[in-house]
Order: sequence, then C-alpha cells, then structure tokens
Amino acid sequence: MDALLREYLPILIFLGLAIGLAAVMGLVPFITARQKPDPEKLSTYECGFEPFSDSRKQFDVRFYLVAILFIIFDLEVAFLFPWAISLGEIGPFGFWSMMVFLGVLTVGFVYEWKKGALEWE
Amino acid sequence: MIVQAIAFYLFAAVTVGSAFLVITAKNPVHSVLFLILAFFNAAALFVLMGAEFIAMILVIVYVGAVAVLFLFVVMMLDINFVELRQGFQQYLPFGLLIGAILLVELILILAGSIAAPDALAPAASPAPSLDQVTNTHALGAVLYTKYIYLFQGAGLVLLVAMIGAIVLTHRKREGVKKQDSFAQFARRREEAVELKKVEPGQGIQ
Repeated sequence: MDALLREYLPILIFLGLAIGLAAVMGLVPFITARQKPDPEKLSTYECGFEPFSDSRKQFDVRFYLVAILFIIFDLEVAFLFPWAISLGEIGPFGFWSMMVFLGVLTVGFVYEWKKGALEWE
Repeated sequence: MIVQAIAFYLFAAVTVGSAFLVITAKNPVHSVLFLILAFFNAAALFVLMGAEFIAMILVIVYVGAVAVLFLFVVMMLDINFVELRQGFQQYLPFGLLIGAILLVELILILAGSIAAPDALAPAASPAPSLDQVTNTHALGAVLYTKYIYLFQGAGLVLLVAMIGAIVLTHRKREGVKKQDSFAQFARRREEAVELKKVEPGQGIQ
C-alpha cells in the first residue's frame, strides 16, 4: 500500500507545483500591472463589430449521439484491460466470457452501422 | 503517513466543495466544469484507497467521456436562465424527496455496518494484498469468471443504451446529397453516354 502510494508521490508534488505556479502567475498581474479598466476593453472583440449574439449556440443532437456511442465503446475497452492482464489465470472460461460480451456489443455495432448512425449525412 | 492524511483531507475537501458548487453554480457550463474537478479529486481519493484501476477508469471514462456528454447536453438544451429559475419551486418537493431517500439509504448502510460489522464479509471476495498482485490483476481474476452474470449483464445494459440512443436520436434526413461510390462504380458506359447523330441544320431533342 505504501509502496503504491510512494509511486504516486511525484504526481502529487507535480500537482502542487503546477497549482502553485498557476496561482502565482494568475495573481502577480493584479499586484504589479497598471490597471485602467474601461468598458470597451472588457467587451467582446469581434473583428471591430459589436457582437451580434450570444456565443452560446444550440448544438445539433447528432453530437450527442456520437458522444454516447463513444462512451459505450470506451467502457467496452475499459473492460478489456483487466481481462488482458489476467488472461493467464482465468483460462478458457474467462476468455469465452469476454468473447460473449464482445459478441453482444458487436450485435449493437452492426445495428448502428446498418441504421446509418455512424454516418454524418 | 502524514502526507497521506494531508492528501486525503485536501482531496476530500475539494471534492465536497466542488460538488457543492455543481449544484449552486448559476451557469450550467460552470456546473459541468466543477463536476469534472470533483471527478478528478474522487479519482485521487480512489488512488489513496489503493483502487488504482477504478481511479484511472474514473478519469478516462467520466472525465473523458461522460463530462463531454454532459457539456453536449447543456449546449443542446438552449437553457433560458430566467425560465430555469421559475421551475425551481415546482421541482423542489421532488428534489427534497430524492435527497431524503438517498440520505435514508446512506444512514441505513452506515447503521447496518455498525450493527453487524461482519455481515458483508461473505459477499465480498477477499482482496489480495497490493504487495502481491496489482489492483487491475486482482479485478480481472474474479470479474470474468466468478461474477460472469453481472459482467454479461453489464454488456446487455451497454447494448440497450446503444440501441436506445439510436432509436431516440437518429433520424433520416431528407434531401441530403451524398456520394455513393458503389453506384458510381456500377455505372456502365451505355447508361452514362449516349451518342446522337445530329443532322445539319437541325437541333437535337
């Protein structure tokens, strides 16, 4: 347990340094730089025009479909990692267990391919 | 180890703080960003518990995919902030009810573990020491054989999610011009080109 956490100690130190450095670099300009606030400086710059509308636009629902299909295959791959490194112990049963799992998801994959959900019309 | 204790309290405090900001932030995009911060800190807490694999999966799946999905949903909804505030009174009883149910469940689990500390022992398989096998290895040793029904059930849940998402959001679009290379290659010269003899002084029909 301690050996495991000792391996993560450099990451913790790096994290502390990164946060500290970012905080210092963010805060120093407030102290040292000359500040003359002006409403024109704070407004959004859009090639010299006044901004036409809000920068937030409604997204197409197709992005959502792509994202959710990505998550499903992401999870499928996540299940493959422990399987791959313990394959020597779990034997043929574990191997075919994963093959059935992959088969079920392949059914879904064929379905979405045939439905045209992977195409961006 | 003192460093471990300090890291735990730091990450736990940031997790609770950012989780609180998720529900209080006015802008839903900020809420999602605080949610990502909460995920990262929860991953750090998992590492402190020795659950390395779950920590990495939390970063890859939740931060990499689920949070992006939430951002898409937030951008898709076109939320009107004034309208959002108006529904608050209406949804308050439901929110309180769900919160109360979750609280009761948490208290029951805690009370149960105090009343009968060894009740869960037969259900949980003994976790091997981290010095002997890695976390991912120990997980793989039981997940695909001992817990095969739950594993296959997870596969079926993913299948249902996939089909559900397609049924709900996939629409055939009309009037879209697409390149169909098979149709292009299947064309023959006779269909594509027609030679006509044009007599002098006459047009062609």
